[in-house]
Amino acid sequence: MNAVIAGTRAELLRLRKWPSMWVLLAAWIVLNLVFVYLFNYITFKTGGTTDMASSAPPDVLLAQMLPSAVPQVFTQGMAMFGGALMLILGALTIGSGYGWGTWKTVFTQGPSRSAALAGTLLALLTVVIGLVLTVAAVDVGVATVIAAVESEPANLPAASAMLKALASGMLILAMWTAAGVLVGALARGPALSVGLGLVWVLVVENLLRGVAAVLDTVSVVTDFLPGTAAGSLAGSLRDFGGDTTPGVLNILDGSTSVLVLAAYVAAFAAGTIWLVRRRDVN
Amino acid sequence: MTSDIVVTDRLTKRYGEHAAVDAVSLTVRAGEVYGFLGPNGAGKTTTLRMLTGLVRPTSGTATLFGCAPGDGAVAARTGVLIEGPGFFPYLSGRDNLRVLSRCRRLQDDAVESALHRVGLRHRGHDRFRTYSLGMKQRLGVAAALLGEPDLLILDEPTNGLDPAGMAEMRELIVELADSGHSVMLSSHMLSEVQEICDRVGVISRGELIAQSTVAELRGGTSLLVRADPRERAAAVLAELLGRDVVDTVGDALAVAVSPELAPKVARVLVDAGIDLYELSRRERSLEDVFFAMTSDSNPGDRTASNEPRRMS
Repeated sequence: MNAVIAGTRAELLRLRKWPSMWVLLAAWIVLNLVFVYLFNYITFKTGGTTDMASSAPPDVLLAQMLPSAVPQVFTQGMAMFGGALMLILGALTIGSGYGWGTWKTVFTQGPSRSAALAGTLLALLTVVIGLVLTVAAVDVGVATVIAAVESEPANLPAASAMLKALASGMLILAMWTAAGVLVGALARGPALSVGLGLVWVLVVENLLRGVAAVLDTVSVVTDFLPGTAAGSLAGSLRDFGGDTTPGVLNILDGSTSVLVLAAYVAAFAAGTIWLVRRRDVN
Repeated sequence: MTSDIVVTDRLTKRYGEHAAVDAVSLTVRAGEVYGFLGPNGAGKTTTLRMLTGLVRPTSGTATLFGCAPGDGAVAARTGVLIEGPGFFPYLSGRDNLRVLSRCRRLQDDAVESALHRVGLRHRGHDRFRTYSLGMKQRLGVAAALLGEPDLLILDEPTNGLDPAGMAEMRELIVELADSGHSVMLSSHMLSEVQEICDRVGVISRGELIAQSTVAELRGGTSLLVRADPRERAAAVLAELLGRDVVDTVGDALAVAVSPELAPKVARVLVDAGIDLYELSRRERSLEDVFFAMTSDSNPGDRTASNEPRRMS
């Protein structure tokens, strides 16, 4: 266990000073603000519609932008671009180490490969937790400003709803990050792993769900894909009417989604450790 | 009293049909500097990777301090630099070492000590990507020195260093050996190996073809004779000293006898009416021995068995 903690501390030190990680996290926060608040606010003020904003009536749009709605809206982007960005982070964290030769260096320091990788996974989990808390705080702040500008009540969300949303967000992003870690280990390089991961998240899953809409038998598989589970968990938190954000689904119920996502996190993490342990490091 | 801290027994690594390392059995003793020599692609780095647990052998065994490579206790006693330094390019040299010292559960002052030892303390705050090749190599050695390991495994440690840097690295390695560290290094710089190594192993096409002290590998001294006519001089010397000890080296003769026989050799040649242009003491360099051993083009000609030529 001490070796895992040592590995976590080492990994946090290098992640903290990694510009690429901050760029990805900043991109996540900006995209979240743009898609959850900016487009909806423009639509609300102009009375028009955009492809990215909900086609809900103005009063529903405004309700989505108030502090009390943060638990429902802040996980919306996680199912699509948030997951993709975290998958990139996971893939780069592992894949770049092969390109730089740092795994070779780390694996000769004493801690076992399992301990070193467990440290990396825990460090990434720390980043995920920090990101989700930051995004929630930013969203509450922006929503409070909107409420003040629109003279609406700035009631904070119920603690239980907020905790549920935070935990859901962490689980969704942890799953995508772990997926990126596994792809990074499989590809043993940053470029291929990021490319493959993005194709899966943005293209393959959507295509498969499209096929499942025609062929029922395929849905046995597509209903339990990582993106489906992540989208379903985000969808289960939402009780607004109108169109949902792309990637947010209603295929699985909340508890099933949680179980599927937890299974994916465990499988991706265990798969990475198994793979890296058994392969030579060249 | 010596003890073997690195022992391999018929260590083999195959990639498909190709044997990158073929039944290598070598030993490194405590406190010595062991040179691991071989041409490019001979299997040096693969052997070192197996010794550090990065690569699994196909067959055979290796032990370091009596344990398997990759064992946590072994790694804690071993400092490694394999095939160029692997560091995070966006971190400073100091932060890179701090990351590794955290992995090893060391205090940060170990980082300062290692940086100081390789002369990088004043550049420790610069990003690794801005380092010259030589500085990167020195940081790699600094990483290997973290925690004062008992054994250092260094793959081409002077790669990229300028002459002054090479001299400093040699001094550092000798200093480490003097202070009780054992060092196993691979190198192409044969003069350097000759200067600092106690024993060497020579690997060619995956096979260990010799393992010995440097002195034994170089063999004894001989006499170099340049005389005219050369063929007659060779006949006279063969009659005097025996046919086996006279060999032709370019336009001269190499006579494998003690240099103390130089006056006798000169006298017999002059008495025979042969013009003597040069008579000098000849010592084979490690480079001569290395090229002689590794230049055989037919692998089957080199050794009849997998047993290396042991001279000690």
